[in-house]
Amino acid sequence: MRYLPHTESDRRAMLDAIGAPDAESLFVDVPAAARLSQPLDLPRGEGEMAVERAFSRLAMKNLSAGCAPFFIGAGLYRHHVPAAVDQLLLRGEFLTAYTPYQPELSQGTLQVLFEFQTQVAALTGMEVANASMYDGATACAEAVLMAARVTKRPRAILSGGLHPHWRSTTETALRYTGLEADLLAPDPLGIEDLMGRIDSRTACIVVQNPGFFGGIRDLRPLAAACRQAGALLVVAVADPVGLGLMEAPGAMGADIVVAEGQSLGIGLSFGGPGLGLFATREKFVRQMPGRLAGQTVDADGRRGFVLTLSTREQHIRREKATSNICTNSGLCALAFSIHLSLLGESGLARLAQLNHAAAVALEQRLRGVKGVRVLAPSYFNEFAVHLGEDVDAAQVVDTLAARGILAGVPASRFYPDYPELAPVLILAATETNTGADMDALANALAEVL
Amino acid sequence: MAEANTLSGNRGLMVEEPLIFEMGSPGRFGIDLPEPPPLDLDRLGGCRRAGPVGLPDLSEPQVVRHYTRLSQKNYGIDTGFYPLGSCTMKHNPRLSEKMARLPGLADLHPLQPQATVQGALEVIDSLADWLKGLTGMPAVAMTPAAGAHGEWCGLMAIRACLEDRGQGHRRRVLVPESAHGTNPASAALCGFTVDPIPAKADGRVDLAALKAKLGPDVACLMLTNPNTCGLFETEILDIAQAVHEAGAFFYCDGANFNAIVGRVRVADLGIDAMHINLHKTFSTPHGGGGPGAGPTVLSAELAPFAPLPFVVHGPQGFTLVEHAADTPESKPFGRVKGFHGQFGVFVRALAYIMSMGADGLRQASTDAVLNANYLLARLKDDLSPSFAGPCMHECLFDDSFLKDSGVTTLDFAKALIDEGFHPMTMYFPLVVHGALLMEPTETESRETLDQFVAVVRGLAAKARDGQAEEFKQAPRFTPRRRLDETLAARTPVLRWKPPAG
Repeated sequence: MRYLPHTESDRRAMLDAIGAPDAESLFVDVPAAARLSQPLDLPRGEGEMAVERAFSRLAMKNLSAGCAPFFIGAGLYRHHVPAAVDQLLLRGEFLTAYTPYQPELSQGTLQVLFEFQTQVAALTGMEVANASMYDGATACAEAVLMAARVTKRPRAILSGGLHPHWRSTTETALRYTGLEADLLAPDPLGIEDLMGRIDSRTACIVVQNPGFFGGIRDLRPLAAACRQAGALLVVAVADPVGLGLMEAPGAMGADIVVAEGQSLGIGLSFGGPGLGLFATREKFVRQMPGRLAGQTVDADGRRGFVLTLSTREQHIRREKATSNICTNSGLCALAFSIHLSLLGESGLARLAQLNHAAAVALEQRLRGVKGVRVLAPSYFNEFAVHLGEDVDAAQVVDTLAARGILAGVPASRFYPDYPELAPVLILAATETNTGADMDALANALAEVL
Repeated sequence: MAEANTLSGNRGLMVEEPLIFEMGSPGRFGIDLPEPPPLDLDRLGGCRRAGPVGLPDLSEPQVVRHYTRLSQKNYGIDTGFYPLGSCTMKHNPRLSEKMARLPGLADLHPLQPQATVQGALEVIDSLADWLKGLTGMPAVAMTPAAGAHGEWCGLMAIRACLEDRGQGHRRRVLVPESAHGTNPASAALCGFTVDPIPAKADGRVDLAALKAKLGPDVACLMLTNPNTCGLFETEILDIAQAVHEAGAFFYCDGANFNAIVGRVRVADLGIDAMHINLHKTFSTPHGGGGPGAGPTVLSAELAPFAPLPFVVHGPQGFTLVEHAADTPESKPFGRVKGFHGQFGVFVRALAYIMSMGADGLRQASTDAVLNANYLLARLKDDLSPSFAGPCMHECLFDDSFLKDSGVTTLDFAKALIDEGFHPMTMYFPLVVHGALLMEPTETESRETLDQFVAVVRGLAAKARDGQAEEFKQAPRFTPRRRLDETLAARTPVLRWKPPAG
């Protein structure tokens, strides 16, 4: 087996050094009744060629996003990832390193994390950011738990414009903690009343901006209401590219910002791994979940980096830790950071403009299709449309998929119990979409509606 | 020693590198993007950004050099031996990377119509089949994103099952003192209280003490097996029986699964739930701290409570079940993350498993255990083993061999760095003094192990010979010497800030 270096004579010599008659004797502590004497009745190992063939066969059973006019978003966005990102990720020193517990052997990873934290804080307009969470949904759940610790209050209000996966992940996380989630109904028009629900038990309001259905809201009035009531405002961001063009949540008064960082550097990968971004105010840092890289000096007085404030974490505090998180998304944070470094200030602004322009062009193109109605007046690179009273958007999507067009996500995929959402389709446009893609979508919609 | 200073501060291949924020010049691009069309009226609802983000502008060559130089300040498995106990730092096959990058697998959106992603759903289903086959368990929750996340998932299933049975009062979780910190932290997130159980002198659970702690309020036992001392719990069948007789569940922390794959099935040990760290046992890269994946195998009793979504295989092909209403026979406890799991990690793990096969996986575990026992045998006279062998895939030493030398476990680890090795896990588990936990894994050759043994023995001799001062100075040959962690925690500097003025 190509990954196993020992020859039979190596094994023999090593057993002799141990003083063991055979390898079986090393497993003497395993109860004899349970020990397996043979390999399990499962397939045998294969060479590289056979494995490649099998995966090529699996890959061919999928319609990959790059092979179709593609308008799917709903929490995960298809952006172009520059070639340099992936080449750098494959550096073995990054790829095959563990969590940087030995800082003298990990200054590379630690400096990357310090830079990443700075980038995330700048992008979100917050004071501090951690070294990543699993994904946006779990970061959102952690933000609610943190808000409850900070405010010592039991109730979280989750906007109906929050991504349904983030909502249910958060609701699940709260289930046995004694905390409550107040889940508002899905809100495609952005008309829900959040402020009216705040009371003295409210730990936080969680609002996604732009919302799951695309609409943008000015967060400032909500932030003021939260501040007055002693609750925290948690702002969720699904596509951080938008922050190149839109006001940062921190500048609008957010107390905690959570985001899905997949848009930069990571690619779709069928939805995982993602990258949870988590940023907050400096005064809350000791209540934060997750790893933090910090600056310090070495024995010679030179600047260096370490993991710090670990007294918050599970390996020190055990059941009193701020979170159980250990392994997070280090390599994805690196990918995000490289992509953002390649973009820079000017590149990010331009990328964001291209996205917004693509969405505006798509909206204009679809306005010419009979029966299609755009739901929200504001959006960044994604909006919801209503396809007509008796139209089932899921069926339309399936019909178009059969024609090789990946035409967005039907709201019913998330909300099957809301018949009024059956005609609603969520469409995203990014810098990867061409005018020809938009024509293909519009023409196909015009035919089937 | 002559520490030659250079004009630049660089030392040959060891190049000083500023923060990316200290580089750059406004107007540079690392990516060529077209000029955006003029937009007379934006649709941003009055929320257009007022000021800059504060990012540096760089060209591609600058960015590539920056990260390449940073990578050179890191140590990975590709660099050398990484015997970090409890972490299973084995070779990461490059075939797995190549497969994960096939456009037909990488460039897929999780919300595409299911008819267009049958191959992706088959990847998830195939990996699930392997995990069930290797453990003998009837079900697996695929979506947890890491080991701790899998622990939480397993405990949530237990809690949901207990509530369903009307036994919500069972809130106490028994956890050995030697457990990973994630165990009690995960238990707390499920509303459980943690009750530690002691070990015997041989490093294993004290069955009598465990039985005394069992009672009608116990939800489950959380046990790592092989345990964090590198020992198989010899009384595990009796432990499982006692736990079940008390009406509680048996959760196993599967961090050390690499020792036993193909040697014993989890189901045959009476375990009800166990997470599997794909980034340990199944060789997906750890990436400097993730991403990982922590699929959690479940017994028939817990299976109905597995979280959404999951893949089922029927006559129409593969279906992703995303809503409780679509699975009336089960009672999912909720959702643990966005979308459908760590798919990119699944592809890598499946490529590794198919490469190894049932025969190769069994050989891998055997060699992992062989390598650990070889280290134990060759170091036992110079270091102080905490427990007699045989061990499983890792071997544990305490610091009594350093007694009166003035050298600590930390100093010893730092001296290993100068010798070109990544240190072992230090000060864990907490049950032995100044622990040194070594996990060589099966992908290390005998030559590497012999080189390591020679260095460790040599360092032990130096410590005995009163050369403590040399240890205190270590490491001397790394890009940075020992870092002041107290300063970092006392005065946290967690981000770069532009210089004042």
